[in-house]
Amino acid sequence: MDFTKVISDKARTIKPSGIRKFFDLANQMEGVVSLGVGEPDFATPWKIREAAIYSIEKGRTFYTANRGLISLRQEISKYYQKYGVTYDPNKEITVTVGGSEGIDIAVRALLNPGEEMIILDPGYVAYEPSVLLAGGIPVRIELEEKDEFRLTPEKLKAAITPNTKVMLINYPSNPTGGFMTKEDYAKIVPIIKESGIIVISDEIYCELSYEKEFCTLASFPEIRDQIVIVNGFSKGYAMTGWRLGYVLANPIISGAMTKIHQYIIMSAPTGAQYGALEGLRSCDNEVEQMRQSYLARRNYITKAFNDMGLKTFLPQGAFYVFPCIRSTGLTSEEFCEALLNDQKVACVPGNAFGEAGEGFIRVSYAYSLEELKIAAEKIALFLKNLEAGKVKI
Amino acid sequence: MLEKDKLLLGVLRNNARMEVKDLAAVLGSSEEDVSARMKHLEEAQVICGYHTVINYEESNDEQVTALIQVNAQPEREYGYDRIASHIYKFDEVETMYLIAGSSDLLCIVKGETMQQVAQFVASKVACIAGVTGTTTTFILKTYKNSGVILEKDEDGVENRLVVSQ
Repeated sequence: MDFTKVISDKARTIKPSGIRKFFDLANQMEGVVSLGVGEPDFATPWKIREAAIYSIEKGRTFYTANRGLISLRQEISKYYQKYGVTYDPNKEITVTVGGSEGIDIAVRALLNPGEEMIILDPGYVAYEPSVLLAGGIPVRIELEEKDEFRLTPEKLKAAITPNTKVMLINYPSNPTGGFMTKEDYAKIVPIIKESGIIVISDEIYCELSYEKEFCTLASFPEIRDQIVIVNGFSKGYAMTGWRLGYVLANPIISGAMTKIHQYIIMSAPTGAQYGALEGLRSCDNEVEQMRQSYLARRNYITKAFNDMGLKTFLPQGAFYVFPCIRSTGLTSEEFCEALLNDQKVACVPGNAFGEAGEGFIRVSYAYSLEELKIAAEKIALFLKNLEAGKVKI
Repeated sequence: MLEKDKLLLGVLRNNARMEVKDLAAVLGSSEEDVSARMKHLEEAQVICGYHTVINYEESNDEQVTALIQVNAQPEREYGYDRIASHIYKFDEVETMYLIAGSSDLLCIVKGETMQQVAQFVASKVACIAGVTGTTTTFILKTYKNSGVILEKDEDGVENRLVVSQ
């Protein structure tokens, strides 16, 4: 039997992630120095792990409410108050299986087949498939390095059509490290209000903001109800493997998302919820320590790339830098493959995040300074070899 | 404290051997600036040394560590400080605290043998004027020192995917 014929059109036509391709390449190789991961190098703080272990010992192994533990939702509500917006734990908060589920249920709750959804390019690899799976039409806004990959009012205005229903933004950004300040957002708020579009704001990297203060679009009262916040514990709390996130939205949108969530998930893993609860209650210091480490590494790696002659802006958030490699004359994929073959250093080609990422590479600095130093030396050596014509393309 | 000093201390705390050139990159400033900051922090006794965390259980050196709790009679004008200075000046005393609780001072003392440590307590510490009693506790095993876990532990072993989203 030809099983390819039983696969649905949607599943068949969706493209595999460009990152996956590169993973397979790097994974076959021994002794790879990787700058390719999208997760913290820190293990989850012990307080969180210990609280989750305790919950299991106590037999708290049952489903929770669909929306998640009420105590956790109350803490999430408190947490967002520090960013200037309040959500009702009973009607506006749902705990999800990672930010990923949050994106999926938000898109599915909002988008009808044939409606347009704006996504940012370069952007995280899962956004476009989530639009396609919902039957929507992805419309890309190409961000530019000269704007440090921020969303400008001009670009937003030009992308909105009468058929635009939703926009998905992600600041601090994976893959660029781009960041929107309160002032940056203030310029697009009137456009969002006037157009009536719903904005899904993926704020998973909010804890990893550096010199500038993190701002959520939902803190602008005039558009608060047009915003769906997706967040989680993976990055700031170093809890990627626990798969725990949440969505915040007005009661109607939140109710629709929760309906989908209750059928596809039931409730997020209970042990993970107890862990996250402890994280919100008592891990501010641990989170701050990690943030400080990323800040030091960001400074180091940004300077290293600029010193090598690969122009790199100083990102204000997340744990990625996005060096421009156009000066080498190579495409992003050629650059990354040649670097992997020549020096066994793995980075991710920028075009894996959309066409606007062509000419760039994504470099993760979720590594110790010692590891970053070794990797930077190898990349510098690669560039020398490249210039001397010693690298096969 | 200044933001850059905080960053500098955070990095040095984990790796005191980092070169000034690399520290400058981390701080986003010049090597001269880093050297000046370090000098200033040393003079202000914020940085009090650049020591190595040694796991003596893995080295071949025999070493004994003991915690000595000391009870003392405080003195008018000086409190415990003068008595403390008589104790902490001995090289055997590695660390010393004034504490609240059942005793007044706590010393961490190193020696080659238990006997040597016991001898030091009896002949040097216990007979200092003002010291009214001592309790010696010997360390059997060090699990963690200065924030560094000395046990072989799988925690933190790199097991991330090589490349991920």
